[in-house]
Amino acid sequence: MPGQIPVVDYLVLGDPPHLQARMCAQCDALYFDRRNACAHCGRRDFTWKALASTGQVRGYTQVHRAAPSVPVPYISAIVELDGGGVVKANLLDAQLDDITPGLTVTMTTFVAGVDDDGTEAIAFGYKPVKEQG
Amino acid sequence: MSSGDIWIIGASMTPFGRHDDKDLIDLAAESALDALGDADVTINDIDILTMGNVYEANSHNGQRLQKQIGQTGIPVYNVVNACATGATALRVALLSIKAGESDIGLAVGVEKMGKGGLIGGAAKKRDARKVYNPSGRYGSVLKTEGILGTGIMPGVFAQAGTEYALAHGVTATHFAKVAQKNHAHSVLNPLAHYRKEFSLDDILNADVIAFPNTLPMCCPNTDGAASVVVVSDAKLKTMDPDVRRRAVKISASVLTSDPWVEGGQVQPDVSTLTRNAAAAAYEQAGVGPEDLDLVELHDCFATAELIHYDNLGLCEPGGAGDFLDSGAPWRDGKTPVNVSGGLLSKGHPLGATGIANIYEVATHLRGEAGERQIAGAKIGLTHVIGLASACAVHILEAGVS
Ligand SMILES: [Zn+2]
Repeated sequence: MPGQIPVVDYLVLGDPPHLQARMCAQCDALYFDRRNACAHCGRRDFTWKALASTGQVRGYTQVHRAAPSVPVPYISAIVELDGGGVVKANLLDAQLDDITPGLTVTMTTFVAGVDDDGTEAIAFGYKPVKEQG
Repeated sequence: MSSGDIWIIGASMTPFGRHDDKDLIDLAAESALDALGDADVTINDIDILTMGNVYEANSHNGQRLQKQIGQTGIPVYNVVNACATGATALRVALLSIKAGESDIGLAVGVEKMGKGGLIGGAAKKRDARKVYNPSGRYGSVLKTEGILGTGIMPGVFAQAGTEYALAHGVTATHFAKVAQKNHAHSVLNPLAHYRKEFSLDDILNADVIAFPNTLPMCCPNTDGAASVVVVSDAKLKTMDPDVRRRAVKISASVLTSDPWVEGGQVQPDVSTLTRNAAAAAYEQAGVGPEDLDLVELHDCFATAELIHYDNLGLCEPGGAGDFLDSGAPWRDGKTPVNVSGGLLSKGHPLGATGIANIYEVATHLRGEAGERQIAGAKIGLTHVIGLASACAVHILEAGVS
């Protein structure tokens, strides 16, 4: 059975998959990469925090022209997560017209590639939460 | 006039465009010699040379320039600071004068952009065998551009614009109007890369690069150079009356970088450092946005210009759309913005841009901008921002020496 690997190490493949960040022990600032000291307050110790899977779209674009290896078009969204954290990812299952102020989205994962050993690279994106009729 | 003031006595820029027949140093030399001539001095008079350039920054271009125009043994500083490189080079010369080490400095900014553009090149050749192996700071196993959103420049600035749009209700048409204005302005600028008007429909219906930015809403790849000669108060007093009459005062010179904001690690925050730089500059100069006769700001993309109306305090908070609709930033409006054509049509040679903006405003304050002159201009502001991350704001005032 082929294995799976996250495209970035701040995506935790679990049940359910979620993002995790390093959190400053003093000011709660969140980082997806390691820091030698907090860029906000300077403190040097960190804990881990699991981030929420839902949030709101804060900014977006639809990219039509990119480097030759990147399939276009795609919608990039900046998502402000419930409970803290801001991430950038693709907006999936959505059209530009769907994007309105405060649009709520939820995380989903997809296979972004397969290597020669058959290992799948799992990426994350966000899709709009359809309002209940 | 306080004794700490610094003055521009010479300014120049080469035509912006494609200069396939000239190398970096040819362009730098052309603009440096023009600025020296404009100031009625020679390289032998200069105490400090600063050189701004991004793409060939490891080539000691300041010293290469000296070999073309004069090796006088003065200190040379090679400066790189993203798109704020030129403005930073000016500040290095200015700080040397303020520190009392120099009386007169030459700041040069130059760039050959080539044809690569800001969207990145082709992927590297693949290894024979592909095995996912986490690497780098985020432990990534493949290139994430286009998979985890976009980090390329047109997309970053588009997202900055739509963030403002979601918060304040501006539309794609508002952003297109910015490009319409700047392209219309460029028709009057003989040094601009492109001098062609576009209708709003032309702009909205052009190829989309990164929504809402279409092709005419993105700056072109442009080669060019710009230079200024700056002097201390004391030095200016010794100079010819004609030089003194045309001198332009640098009333504020401010450089900032990104303060920490939540989300700054995934989406560069082009607003906070601009707001901080503007506030400090207004304070330093003792003027407010309402006093400005013209502004040259960093419209690398149309979306950027609109949000900088707000960041520079040219409009009420959240009011950039109304400001634009009122006609205020047009050359006959309340606060003319980018009457040069801006980066969108004048062009954006990274290392030269910051000094070119200074050149533009200084030229208006001297009353020497020809057809595009803003009549009676006395005070102007220049702004550049580079990722990641530097912002320079200068406020200039017509000669009162
Ligand atoms: Zn902290």
